[in-house]
Amino acid sequence: MGKTLSEKILTSKSGGEARAGDIVIVQVDLAFVQDGTGPLAVRVFESSGFQQVANPNGTALFLDHAAPSPARELSNDHILLRNFARRTGVRLYEVGDGVCHQLVAESLAGPGEVIVGADSHTVTAGGLAAFATGMGSTDIAMAMALGKTWLRVPETFRIEVSGTFQRSVAAKDLILYLIGLIGADGATYKALEFGGETVDRMAMPDRLTIANMAIEAGAKVGLFPSDETTRQYLGTMGREDKYLQLAADPGAVYERTVGIDASTLEPQVSCPHTVDNTATAAQLKGTRVQQAFIGTCTNGRVEDMAIAAAILKGRKRHPDTRLIIAPASRDALQKAIAAGHIQVLLEAGAILDPAGCAACVGIHQGVLGDGEACISTANRNFHGRMGNPDSYIYLASPATAAASAITGEITDPREFL
Amino acid sequence: MILKGKVYKLGDDISTDHIIPGRWFHLRSNLPELAKHVLEDVAPDFASTVKPGDFLVAGKNFGLGSSREHAPLVIKMAGISAIVVESAARIFFRNAINLGVPVLMCDTSRIMHGEELEIDLAGGVIDSPARPGERITFGRIPEVMLRILDEGGLVPYISKYGDFKL
Repeated sequence: MGKTLSEKILTSKSGGEARAGDIVIVQVDLAFVQDGTGPLAVRVFESSGFQQVANPNGTALFLDHAAPSPARELSNDHILLRNFARRTGVRLYEVGDGVCHQLVAESLAGPGEVIVGADSHTVTAGGLAAFATGMGSTDIAMAMALGKTWLRVPETFRIEVSGTFQRSVAAKDLILYLIGLIGADGATYKALEFGGETVDRMAMPDRLTIANMAIEAGAKVGLFPSDETTRQYLGTMGREDKYLQLAADPGAVYERTVGIDASTLEPQVSCPHTVDNTATAAQLKGTRVQQAFIGTCTNGRVEDMAIAAAILKGRKRHPDTRLIIAPASRDALQKAIAAGHIQVLLEAGAILDPAGCAACVGIHQGVLGDGEACISTANRNFHGRMGNPDSYIYLASPATAAASAITGEITDPREFL
Repeated sequence: MILKGKVYKLGDDISTDHIIPGRWFHLRSNLPELAKHVLEDVAPDFASTVKPGDFLVAGKNFGLGSSREHAPLVIKMAGISAIVVESAARIFFRNAINLGVPVLMCDTSRIMHGEELEIDLAGGVIDSPARPGERITFGRIPEVMLRILDEGGLVPYISKYGDFKL
């Protein structure tokens, strides 16, 4: 009987046969925390009597959520994490380096690896065919200490994508549409495995965008096969040696198969306050937005900045709409500067936030006022997510966010490009 | 073991941002202060009315969202002895068990806010003395998680066994 991607990776990492439903103990290739979950993980690690991590090279700390820190308490959390890194020799990514998931994709993850992170969007590295999943601080503290963790091998939903996207429709629209279709708990405990001709042709940034949001359907992991696109991406990032070709077996057993024809998709928007509350951008015409936010681990890559810049070139943001740009990493920021995108966005009236989580988590750099609405390229629109329970978050692609910044209301980007 | 307590009932899709909003991010290293804000946007009287041993009962997809373990932690700190839900998000479920808080999944539609319940953890049943004969059965927790729960959480479990045991 053939295996799904999850079964293949977990078989390899557990040293035994891993089938859906089995509980396995796996070797962990990378365990990481960020500044919101790291301090608790460090305290659990130390109070459990551990002094050294099992694999310093495969352990990373990221200062990305509060970056730079807006409060004394968070600055002190950063000190705690820096001191832990110094003591144990683990990797530390500083304030301004970028969002953990983007940095994992750029510089750490490889196909076939098991990656566990104390952040729900750890699933992003599934775009590189890594079995990457989010856990809490205690689980990660133990994974750091022991170099392993336990996992239940998930059943898999196969998402088969065919057809070519229409102009100004892209990966973000596809994943929002899928979540609207199956529901915010539609894939709870399951693996999503993406395949089909459209996926075979899909560029790495788009794969990362889709994998990033697997958790928004409740999934444990969102996996792509690894192929020439993966090899080239790893090569660009200087670690082609990590490449390993991985695909599901032809006879793999899927709990459910969902077919999507990309050519029929329109620009999608998730309305407040759940990600599965989707509509088309056109249907929401007339919905005023006081802020447009383009960034995050979902859509803060240089390719996203390029899309926003193409729409905003020679245009201005609406006078009543703030436009906030936050590249997902230092690399993305530098590439966006070199390509001229940042200049275009600044001329259009944008505010440039540091590389990091920025306004996404409601801590700083774009907290909404009472009754305000934001169109955001992030992955989550929960009640209160951006720091104010009396505000509204609409999730969309960079193209839709950029078009909406111009008009001051939710706008189908095909009106501009 | 039979747990007895009163129900605090919530609805569907209670996210980790509801349980402990991101705007209190800076209090995560000050747990007693953080815990004061548990569920404040959806249930402002939760922290002040819940007594040690009480149950949090909710609908589907409880705890969706972030991996923040602070979410089940502040619920535990409020005194909740078990979380009874229609369904729970994966990371929240695992986090709660790691903290020694049982998460039981069953049909919660008939459970009322404020009612007294008796939960038989080993027997897998929930009884309400006010409604004799209306027994609710909850789904089995996987063996590996039961052993973690038995030890009171993942930290005491690892302290005892030194490793994961299947």
